[in-house]
Amino acid sequence: MFPILTVMVALPAVGAAVLWALPSGARERVREIALGITVLELALAVALFVQFDTATAGEIQFSETYAWIPQIGASWALGVNGIGLLMVVLAALLTPLAILAGWWEDRDPARRTHYLALVLLSEAFMVGIFAARDVFLFYVLFEAMLIPLYFLIGSFGGLQRRYAAVKFLLYSLVGGLIMLVGVVALYFQGPGGEEAFLTDNLTGLDMSTSTERLIFLAFFLAFAIKAPMVPLHTWLPTVAENARPGTTALLVAVLDKIGTFGMLTLCVALFPEAAEWAAPVIIVFAVISVIYGALLAIGQRNMLRLVAFTSVSHFGIMVLGIFAFTQTSVEGAALYMFNHGLSTGALFFAVGFLIHRRGTADVTEYGGLQKVVPVFAGTFLVIGLSALALPGLSPFISEIMVLVGAFSVAKAAVIVATLGVVLAALYVLLTYQKVFTGPVPEARPTFRELTRRERVVLWPLIALMLVLGFLPGIAIDVLSEPSADIVSTVPVQEAGE
Amino acid sequence: MSFVTPEIAWAPLAPLIIVLGAAAAGILVESFVRAPERRRVAQLTLALAALLAAFGTAVVQWAMLDGAGTVVLADMVTIDRQALAWQVLILVFGVLGTLLFASRTRAGEEAFTPLGSVAPGSTEETLARRKGFQVTEVFPLALFAVGGMMLFTAVTDLIFLFVALEVFSLPLYILVALARRRRFLSHEGALKYFLLGAFSSAILLFGAAFLYGATGTTAYSGIAAGLTSATGLDPLILAGAVMVIVGLMFKIGAVPFHSWTPDAYQGAPTPVTAFMGAATKAAATAALIRVVYEALYALEWELSLLFWIVAIASMLLGTVVALVQTDLKRMLAYSSIAHAGFILVAFAGFPDGALSALPFYLASYGLATMGAFAVISQVREKAEDGTVLGEATRLGQWAGLGKRSPLLAGAMALFLLSFAGIPLTAGFVGKFVAFAAAISSGAWPLVLIAVIASAAAAFFYVRLIVLMFLTDVPEGQEDAIEIEFSPYARTVVILTAVAVVLLGIVPGPVLSVFENAGVLLLGAAG
Repeated sequence: MFPILTVMVALPAVGAAVLWALPSGARERVREIALGITVLELALAVALFVQFDTATAGEIQFSETYAWIPQIGASWALGVNGIGLLMVVLAALLTPLAILAGWWEDRDPARRTHYLALVLLSEAFMVGIFAARDVFLFYVLFEAMLIPLYFLIGSFGGLQRRYAAVKFLLYSLVGGLIMLVGVVALYFQGPGGEEAFLTDNLTGLDMSTSTERLIFLAFFLAFAIKAPMVPLHTWLPTVAENARPGTTALLVAVLDKIGTFGMLTLCVALFPEAAEWAAPVIIVFAVISVIYGALLAIGQRNMLRLVAFTSVSHFGIMVLGIFAFTQTSVEGAALYMFNHGLSTGALFFAVGFLIHRRGTADVTEYGGLQKVVPVFAGTFLVIGLSALALPGLSPFISEIMVLVGAFSVAKAAVIVATLGVVLAALYVLLTYQKVFTGPVPEARPTFRELTRRERVVLWPLIALMLVLGFLPGIAIDVLSEPSADIVSTVPVQEAGE
Repeated sequence: MSFVTPEIAWAPLAPLIIVLGAAAAGILVESFVRAPERRRVAQLTLALAALLAAFGTAVVQWAMLDGAGTVVLADMVTIDRQALAWQVLILVFGVLGTLLFASRTRAGEEAFTPLGSVAPGSTEETLARRKGFQVTEVFPLALFAVGGMMLFTAVTDLIFLFVALEVFSLPLYILVALARRRRFLSHEGALKYFLLGAFSSAILLFGAAFLYGATGTTAYSGIAAGLTSATGLDPLILAGAVMVIVGLMFKIGAVPFHSWTPDAYQGAPTPVTAFMGAATKAAATAALIRVVYEALYALEWELSLLFWIVAIASMLLGTVVALVQTDLKRMLAYSSIAHAGFILVAFAGFPDGALSALPFYLASYGLATMGAFAVISQVREKAEDGTVLGEATRLGQWAGLGKRSPLLAGAMALFLLSFAGIPLTAGFVGKFVAFAAAISSGAWPLVLIAVIASAAAAFFYVRLIVLMFLTDVPEGQEDAIEIEFSPYARTVVILTAVAVVLLGIVPGPVLSVFENAGVLLLGAAG
């Protein structure tokens, strides 16, 4: 069978190498080359989606397994179920848009080449991580991904970008290294042998309660840092403020999903009993994230920080859905991972376009733009409304599924989390009001309307949100079976606490 | 009285004999070839030829090894797969080290002083420099050191352990003192290294005497037998065991036996630092494995406390002190102390896995060390008039190196990432197997401390990467740094960088070689 997933990992990685190897004379066309590679990758992702057999969405498809380091039981094993499929598609969708969104960022061809190569490399790692079926491979990619990201943040961006890059790296590294202890310890609980790290071989292990809990915590900590949960979220606003909007869009919309993805496919699937044991505490932290993130978002003047805090809030909802362990809530969380990628990606791109025009992320520097650039204002409003989960746009469905699904097991948590949804209306509409309404500024230089390139970035995302808002079944079909599998591994819940 | 001639199997000793024989021949070359330039070529050729020949012989022996191995020299030396694996590793370091020893600047300046016996800054020194003198005896000295280290990995007798220790230590003391620039610093480092080294050798010898007193033999097998037959815990045995281990920990550079490391690393000529950092640690770890697994295995429970304390202290002190260093060579010295701690983590609980994990760890660490110091040797200060001075080892001088020389800076970043244990580099696989060995014997709290130390250590490795790539060259400093070009040093950088990446991505073949080596001919564990 055609090893499509390996090709999807290799294509951007090879592309990055090609970009770096280009002679300086040939660097004029570097953006087109990079865009071409990512569009090809997107085409592969669409092919993957079409070929995917929805009837058996819970099973791993497009599976490939090759011996990699048999001495320590590691394999190059790829494959996706419905959840992994959607995440791979999301990664392949947002990368070309990010390249397009940052089309004019660099004037120096060498710098531009460097940036695009790093973006391609990140894409290779993202696809690899979402498709990994081997815990060792997952870990290696999870950690190695930090290197391109570190340079993406540290070399390109705002004034404090170096500080932001180091902060990001150290947070991630601490989580990753503690996870390493868990990975090694898990090896000794498993069957050993040449394929010891295959997730299939590590599912349903018979571990002592305390061992399972410790390994679970080692994994969970790394994922909680990645999917920024209060109190481990503080790196995200710093990074968002200082990195390029395009980088941040990829980071928050796709990469941070590795956190929730890991919670779903590793933490809960491999350590169901420990997950159930820890769930009450995790739900409390998730709800705190929802409220705290929303409150801080309201208080931000910097729009990039604002979006970062809204994401902290939204990630809280996903975690709540995962650890409520009902079919609807887990399905909703998985769906939200995809929808939030669309919505937040679009939001970061749009803010990036604003900043590109005025050179600041400070919301008070704007005002009255509605009359100057009506199309931009309308587009921004729709994207903003998707972030506050307006019915008709896809994030709404997923948020409702999480809240309704979790209600039967954690009433109090859901009631508090719903407050966060209300607060979302506040921060979105306040921002819109400050930027686009009010008197038209007179002394300001002219503000350009959304260009054709910018529309190509934003409107497909809006269209997709509308389609999935009215026809969520397309995505839910591939998610319900894997969600059911995950829920069924967790010991039975006593309903109604 | 009759004298029994010991039966000696010469073939297994062939690699050793080649290296030590070439070292002796090198001394003769030193006496008979007068012209410095011809002598240099002769010495370099001889050393490389001997090391490669020994390498080939060792590989052939590995392939032909019948059963587990051979005991030669009346139980004093054991050539088994473990010994051969380490010897091959040390020979690799020897070849890379020799290449570095031979590297010169564009102006034809070596890393070594033209005449070691004259006072720094004296007229004689200037004269020697002008006449083009060269201390070509560094090549035979390095060969002696390599030979001693190879022997060190194979000895199974305490007396011979001491002899091998001195054979490789004495040349190193001399080499450390031979720096061309900043000679006082070099002398200081050498003197500290020598005095503390002599001290630790004495402790080792003292411990050996205790063990002999308790068991009546100096052979590892005899000591192991004596330990198992002994009833109760003899304080003599414990004291002897601890002292022997302490003597070896000194060579590994673990806290609190580390105090020579920063000065010796900083003062020594950079090629010597590279060779010493990589090879000494490997040889001492190999010897420690043999002592612990073949002689003292029965004391596992009693000795584990020592290993835990020293490992924790090394990791914490090495990491914390490295954070505040401003000199690159000193920073790497403290990082080597932290790595000594990681090495000792694998020993915790004496797991079988350590026998195959440690050679890999030392290989990955040694290659990255060699590469990093090779890069350092290429980054030089430049005076206002354009003359190239010594190495630029102040951290600040490396700002913007990524713009001056992307390839050197990229290689350096790779080595630093390997030190930090980031995946897809050799250092990660090394850490993984070492930690796996420790966890297999239940020492996970120690591993947890180790990963926290790794995360903190990543901070100062990353700081240098930030300086190289994310910082601009300071105003007015554009001409203060010269990137040297020595084909020898560049070769080392390329070879080590390729090896670090290969061992990180496809470590399988090398891991299985070391897995094979994880069986000791003698000893309680095997």
